[in-house]
Amino acid sequence: MDSSVKVKAEHIDFFYGSTHALKGINMYLYANQVTAIIGPSGCGKSTFIRLINRMHELIPNARMTGKIYLDNQDILSCCADPVEIRRCVGMVFQKPNPFPKSIFENIAYGLEVNGVRGRDYIEDKVTEALKKAALWDEVKGRLHESALRLSGGQQQRLCIARCLAVEPEVILFDEPCASLDPISTGKIEELITELKKDYTIVIVTHNMQQAARVSDYTAFFLLGELVEFAKTQDIFTAPRDKRTEAYITGRFG
Amino acid sequence: MERHFDEELKELHKDLLKMGLMAQEAIYKSIEALKERDKARAREVIANDVIIDRMELVIDDKCIDLIARHQPMAGDLRFLTTSMKINGDLERIADLAVDIAQRVLEICDKPILKPLIDIPKLSAIAQEMIRDAIDSFVKKDAELAAKVMLSDPEADRLKDAVQDELIHDYMAKDPKASDRAVPLLLIARHLERICDHATNIAEDVIYMVEAKVVKHHPEQLK
Repeated sequence: MDSSVKVKAEHIDFFYGSTHALKGINMYLYANQVTAIIGPSGCGKSTFIRLINRMHELIPNARMTGKIYLDNQDILSCCADPVEIRRCVGMVFQKPNPFPKSIFENIAYGLEVNGVRGRDYIEDKVTEALKKAALWDEVKGRLHESALRLSGGQQQRLCIARCLAVEPEVILFDEPCASLDPISTGKIEELITELKKDYTIVIVTHNMQQAARVSDYTAFFLLGELVEFAKTQDIFTAPRDKRTEAYITGRFG
Repeated sequence: MERHFDEELKELHKDLLKMGLMAQEAIYKSIEALKERDKARAREVIANDVIIDRMELVIDDKCIDLIARHQPMAGDLRFLTTSMKINGDLERIADLAVDIAQRVLEICDKPILKPLIDIPKLSAIAQEMIRDAIDSFVKKDAELAAKVMLSDPEADRLKDAVQDELIHDYMAKDPKASDRAVPLLLIARHLERICDHATNIAEDVIYMVEAKVVKHHPEQLK
């Protein structure tokens, strides 16, 4: 596998009961690049990224075929450890979901679960994660206050910090700005661009302008199919498929 | 808050400055070639044009990419649309330098028709206008851009003077002098066109800085 490819999805078919949600998806995620997945509701974009950290296994009556490789490891095989895969492939959701604990504990928790011990070491890791998530300056004086007292945008950056603390390699963002105002959205977008230096990033978004702004590659999904996957500049200036053109110019349906 | 977008805009700004310097150099060299009757220099200007053409495409591509990906608004939008126009003007200026260089090659081997008087004056104005137009873009200086626009009538006057002199004092009296007079007349015309492009750049800079349209409305300058 090309060393610049971090994740490779091969011939993915996915079913919720009898619903064929993903149809023969073949796609790459390039290392240290941001890949955006766009498409109308129900096109399979969230379903697709959830496969990358095996979240689909929690869904009853779901069934899939195909393979997903992280580096060269087949993450769906029975010998791959789902807990280790979820550490390696972090996820940030649509609504910020901090634990009802302090800011500090929100981040320390993941480390402790992963067997990290030593107060000083954990403190350093918490600080580092908050700095990377561009939240440190806003919370450094009140690490032991409840995370639930932070604003929505701050809570989302806390969730990003929590994800970074366990040192993932890939981060999946599922509509990370859907519940945020434009200023908080701007901060998250700047942060994503900053983070790609160290991580491989996927972002699912309904907001096409956001996909255009933050991503290097864009995938357009429609009715469970991957219609087009190309460099973001190409998708937004000269898409090859008429359906992509119709969707991004707002002439859909 | 500094945006990643700002870094990309700065890169574009740098590219345009480089394009401006290349266009200025092309004019300077073509005029030197004329004064010194230097064929090697003229050929150099012609050969270098391909680099400027390539740069134009790169800059255009960057502008389109930034517009598509960042949906710029207000000042950012005016900067990007202005950049695309200025890019085209600079490329045309470089083409006119090539035209001058070709005229130089046509007359180099022939006896000198007359000492050059108004053409060097015109070329000095053209170079100053281009320099100031690019400067006004770099410094976002609308006042300097207005000054550039005010120099254009003098360039037109000099071009007309060169034309009158060549037609009435030379070609009318000795039609055989035409093969030396016409290239000089064309050079004056090329220089005057360069001044027009400098004026276009200046108009676009005023739009970029002040969101004011002075194109076709010189009274707006006051």
